[in-house]
Amino acid sequence: MRTFLFIISLAGLGLTLIPALLVFSGKIPITLHYRLMAVGALLYFASAPFWMRRQKGK
Amino acid sequence: MSRNKPGNRIVERLDALNEFDREPVPRQQLKGAGNFIGLFAGEHVAGTEYVIGPLFVAHGVAAGDLFLGLIFGNLLAVFSWAFITTPIAVRTRLNLYWHLRKIAGPWVTFMYNIVNALMFCFLAGAMITVSATAVGLPFGMTMPSLTDTLPNSAEWIFTVLAVGLVVTVLAVLGFEKLTHFGKIAAPWMFLVFPAAAIAVLPQLGVSSIGDFWRVAQEKIWTGVPMAGQSKFTFWHVLFFSWFCNMAMHIGMSDLTMMRFAKKWTYGFLSAFGMYLGHFIAWIASGILCAAALGNVAPGPIAFLGAGIAGAVSVVIAGWTTANPTIYRAGLALQVVTPNWKRWRVTLFVGLITTAAAVFPALMMRLLDFVALYGLLLMPIGAVIFAEFWFFPRFGLKRDFAELHGIRFGWPVALAWGLTLAVCFMLPIEIFFKGLPGWFLAVLLYMLFAFIQQKRIRAGT
Repeated sequence: MRTFLFIISLAGLGLTLIPALLVFSGKIPITLHYRLMAVGALLYFASAPFWMRRQKGK
Repeated sequence: MSRNKPGNRIVERLDALNEFDREPVPRQQLKGAGNFIGLFAGEHVAGTEYVIGPLFVAHGVAAGDLFLGLIFGNLLAVFSWAFITTPIAVRTRLNLYWHLRKIAGPWVTFMYNIVNALMFCFLAGAMITVSATAVGLPFGMTMPSLTDTLPNSAEWIFTVLAVGLVVTVLAVLGFEKLTHFGKIAAPWMFLVFPAAAIAVLPQLGVSSIGDFWRVAQEKIWTGVPMAGQSKFTFWHVLFFSWFCNMAMHIGMSDLTMMRFAKKWTYGFLSAFGMYLGHFIAWIASGILCAAALGNVAPGPIAFLGAGIAGAVSVVIAGWTTANPTIYRAGLALQVVTPNWKRWRVTLFVGLITTAAAVFPALMMRLLDFVALYGLLLMPIGAVIFAEFWFFPRFGLKRDFAELHGIRFGWPVALAWGLTLAVCFMLPIEIFFKGLPGWFLAVLLYMLFAFIQQKRIRAGT
């Protein structure tokens, strides 16, 4: 389960950066990049808290 | 002497707050390199990065000056952590509070706490201002401009107050969860900066990587300051990027963090914070500012590059920095409040911070504020450095206040005050005052400590 959530987080991070590169190369419009970044953020924040453990101690 | 005097009570409470950290860090609690990479990277990709990049553009930095200044300035910052802070941290394993208490006694430590707390309040205020520029976006709020010092509309005041209230309530309820959330958000937040900047490059006329440098020189870092702004050179960028965290490295407040390092070489890991946050993120936010035709408000420029995700990143960056900062300021001020509970002090600090955040000057003059913050605390770092490395060579005793039960170490207080007085009188810009100030603080402290130790030895 942890691996699956980690992969979802990675996909979210991918959707954060890759659409910008596609806008730069003229493959997608910036409005689509906005939407894909929003989806990336949702995926990341819906999965990352569950596999990133909180550190004990200090 | 009576232990119930008000002064003694303050000292006792200050000690009690730091009780947990009284002993040097034991070997089994030392942390690996990965922890420090995360800490540095998370701490230096924050809400301020959305402001500093645009302010460099506004001050007319030329492209070559910016890149070279950031490369070398950040390198000097990394060297400061590696060669100044961490070697002392790993040898003593004490936090700044106990280190300073041994050297200067409880009253100077108390003064340091108060100055630090006030600086924390203003820093948190700037973060609330940053967040408000994103929260106000859906309501069509008029954003403050570069020259605004006073609030420009009722909507602005209302938005800042609302953001400040939420941040304060969250800090009261428990800042730890939000700090943890900040750590979770860090990798995503870092990617938002380059993504937003890359996406707007075509709007500036960059259609291939080969175009970048030409556009950078002609449209982004043009070398021409905006109306009413002073001109920044290579030296401004170098000294700012070196000294913007002066309180932490040369000022030694990161002794508290680096005392957990296994080796002194972990100081070099600060490069992850410097080059991800203070290089890539500053360049990215500068590009966004140019694409937004010189708009410096973080909310709108992030929205332009990344849409709703960009606006959310500004809110998260601002909140996750403001929350622990308000909490720490409350902790530092708790010693002077009359038996107030922690929540009450935090609430009080949050309200003061929110009131300060209403004034956009806090954000628009962030470069000056950050430089001032470092300068105010720098002499204490110089004192610790001199004490640790030079005292044994000159036959002076370390930790003199602890050794002789001195409650107010006047050599430290006088060196601190005189250094700042001379620095403020120096006819140079605030960004450059720290360097001569550090040497002066070292010299003055050595001189005063020599006088103090000679007198006490002669008297015994």
